[in-house]
Amino acid sequence: MSGLKMPEPQAATLSRRAEIVADMRIIVPGEGVVDSEEGMRVFESDGLTAYRQLPLVVVLPETVAQVSRILKYCHDRNIRVVPRGSGTSLSGGALPLKDAVLLVMSRFNRILEIDYANRVVVAQPGVTNLGITHAVEHQGFYYAPDPSSQIACSIGGNVAENSGGVHCLKYGLTANNVLGIEMVLMTGEVIRLGGKHLDAEGYDLLGLMTGSEGLLGVVTEVTVRILKKPETARALLIGFPTSEQGGQCVADIIGAGIIPGGMEMMDRPAIHAAEAFVQVGYPLDVEALLIVELDGPMAEVDHLIERVSEIAAQNGCTTSRISTSDAERLAFWAGRKAAFPAVGRISPDYYCMDGTIPRKELPRVLAGMRELSEKYGLGVANVFHAGDGNLHPLILYDANKPGDLDKAEAFGSDILRLCVKVGGVLTGEHGVGVEKRDLMSEMFDESDLNQQIRVKCAFDPSHLLNPGKVFPQLHRCAELGRMHIHRGQVPFPELERF
Amino acid sequence: MADIQSFTPTTPEEVLETVRWAVAEEAPLEIVGQRSKRSIGRPVEANHLLDLSKLTGITLYEPEELVLSARAGTPISEIEALLGVNNQQFAFEPMDYGPLLGAEAGRGTIGGTLNANLSGPRRLKAGAARDHILGISAVSGRGETFKSGGRVVKNVTGYDLSKGLAGSWGTLAVVTDVTFKVLPAPETEKTLLLNGLDDHQAAEAMAEAMGSSAEVSGAAHLPEGVISKFLDRALIGGPKTALRIEGVAPSVEYRVDHLTRLLRSHGVGDVLEAEQSCALWREIRDCHPFCDATPSPVWRVSVAPMMGPRLVDTFRRAAGANAYYDWQGGLIWMRMESDPEAEVLRKLITHFGGGHATLVRAPESLRRQVDVFHPQPAPLAALSARLKEQFDPRNILNPGRMIQPASPTT
Repeated sequence: MSGLKMPEPQAATLSRRAEIVADMRIIVPGEGVVDSEEGMRVFESDGLTAYRQLPLVVVLPETVAQVSRILKYCHDRNIRVVPRGSGTSLSGGALPLKDAVLLVMSRFNRILEIDYANRVVVAQPGVTNLGITHAVEHQGFYYAPDPSSQIACSIGGNVAENSGGVHCLKYGLTANNVLGIEMVLMTGEVIRLGGKHLDAEGYDLLGLMTGSEGLLGVVTEVTVRILKKPETARALLIGFPTSEQGGQCVADIIGAGIIPGGMEMMDRPAIHAAEAFVQVGYPLDVEALLIVELDGPMAEVDHLIERVSEIAAQNGCTTSRISTSDAERLAFWAGRKAAFPAVGRISPDYYCMDGTIPRKELPRVLAGMRELSEKYGLGVANVFHAGDGNLHPLILYDANKPGDLDKAEAFGSDILRLCVKVGGVLTGEHGVGVEKRDLMSEMFDESDLNQQIRVKCAFDPSHLLNPGKVFPQLHRCAELGRMHIHRGQVPFPELERF
Repeated sequence: MADIQSFTPTTPEEVLETVRWAVAEEAPLEIVGQRSKRSIGRPVEANHLLDLSKLTGITLYEPEELVLSARAGTPISEIEALLGVNNQQFAFEPMDYGPLLGAEAGRGTIGGTLNANLSGPRRLKAGAARDHILGISAVSGRGETFKSGGRVVKNVTGYDLSKGLAGSWGTLAVVTDVTFKVLPAPETEKTLLLNGLDDHQAAEAMAEAMGSSAEVSGAAHLPEGVISKFLDRALIGGPKTALRIEGVAPSVEYRVDHLTRLLRSHGVGDVLEAEQSCALWREIRDCHPFCDATPSPVWRVSVAPMMGPRLVDTFRRAAGANAYYDWQGGLIWMRMESDPEAEVLRKLITHFGGGHATLVRAPESLRRQVDVFHPQPAPLAALSARLKEQFDPRNILNPGRMIQPASPTT
């Protein structure tokens, strides 16, 4: 992947840069256009920092009309556009292109409406995920999807990535919590999908937009569902001598009809790194540590926590603690939440992967990872959204050691191939971006990918929005539109029909 | 035009073969399963039938992984029975259109469930079919197979074509296989009834209930005009507002108690135990008051919950209609006395903040004249048409069902 190939910059665009910058200043007056190298430097990468590229120009519009004019301008002149929210993508979804306008939506930072009776918030896309919860928590409400970057990531970016988080087994992903958006197409046309009501009147374009990684349109407004905060939450911290037992415990909890608010697993290297960092009393003699959080009405949580405790005992846990206070519950989580920086302390660099597997395959995938770890000579620590099978292996490497990054990336790709092989997928919540772009054919054949690209053709036939992301090769729409007619017999003539 | 054909494939390969034949012959297909929803939409302009009722079978069910896969023609009743044995369910509570449309109850396929994006009273808490579909295999109107998604809950690999097909009424692709998320069924349920509220008071009470921590999984208002139709007249005596609580027994008790105290100024009345509660919500789900064996027009209207009663009030000044509310007031089921008054209704929906109205029941002649699905603004309609063209460029899949067909492009 270090040899990542991005679309060839368009010479015509590069040669007109001064003119384009001047025109952008007309559309967005004031401070909204950044064209100095120094000023653009902060935008040269997103959360996938291994890749950097200065854009053609950075534009920070403030109004929907400006977004519409920018896109129409670029559409009419065949100029590429890369949309960006807060730039926290871990897959390079907002990586700039040398010949593309970087359209930064961070100035769209206002909450437009809070409607408790209908339980929705209408926000501009640059509002942070946590900003929505902050706006309503004094009334006891919150916005459920909670990606770990929630303090910084924008709600518009959440729509683009279909962001998840720790609580999505019970409360769903972004796609299940967004009711409507306003968006601008590459042509500059402004459309609205959904709103405060449920379901679509026609095709589920909102469903297609969510998780489309900035390739279909630019979101300018988001309507989300807010929920009343659960009355209480309690957590269990459970240690197992083997990952198999931990995995079976998760299966048995769900088999008993219990859907916890959060259910996280860590392996030995992750447990040790976390405990060394935050010292919250994680057991160090276990192979798998499970945090199970139950939330809801008091009577329910008290009832279920006993049942989970019994199930853990039946599966041979060697430690089991139930939180008796909110402080203790948060302490259980502190190590898990600090797992990434904790791993950062034991290794100069780490590379965070994101595959999903059927849960029952966990022991097999962990064993496979141990083999790969030996093969590549790099360590790996695992944190795992155990309820939904979303695995985050952290590959330990040293960027200053020649060849280490390449090895880490190859290791990561092999892990994702393994995920696909056992019935899982390449990415559970971080997106394809540029990072997993060239692995898409591990999961999809040409026909699958072509049909996805045809969706792109319906929204952006000139492929001007965020090119080089998600698809290994973006076929021209005219080419994809050709029909191959298989003229033949009437189908299965041996069968009776009437 | 070739003779009228009815194809009944038993494998995805035979579906592919049929669609390829139709593409080559430019012979549009009407796609059906068990035909329980066949009369929803504009009449399909096709001479040939692609009947998926023999494309059946549950291909994967792993209760502990919360996942089930099946061929598209598998009866929903068969799947729900199997889930029931394992104390699981589709949390989106798919409704049964059969009785409303003059057929018997219990029909319908899993493919139809996705294509109609079915849901039920739990929609406001747990989502619709679109929120639970994990993956599909399908044949496009180009005569090509494609798959999307997978069998795991958390997956953002590529565009979510599975959601894209939800609610597409067979006009984009012929779905051959589906994989759905399944969830534990609640151990028990109860329903708290509020007595004597008018539509507006009911909306306020339901908003308060939904905005509490009681985790209400159903909020419906049944005005005087429909109340006698429920539970064999067991609910007579003025309008009733119903709030459903589901879960483990101690939790249900606790939350019913909590809600009763919260809503004491809103006319708190009886509590229905599990059996009656279950029966009531099934009737609410399936539009029971209007299952009257007539073809009189029935609307399914979705608006912001607090707008429901205001919309109905204003609309009634122009037209005679009987109505009740689900989804905290946001879903309105409405039976018209005569003309559907589509234009008036749709103007009012725009006026009251947006939403949509689908004419789910009407005689065929009416369904030719009136837009059954809510018309879209021009740029959005154009985008939908481009999407249709990308999936089905020759317009051979259920042509005309959602919008009046333009001339096919080749």
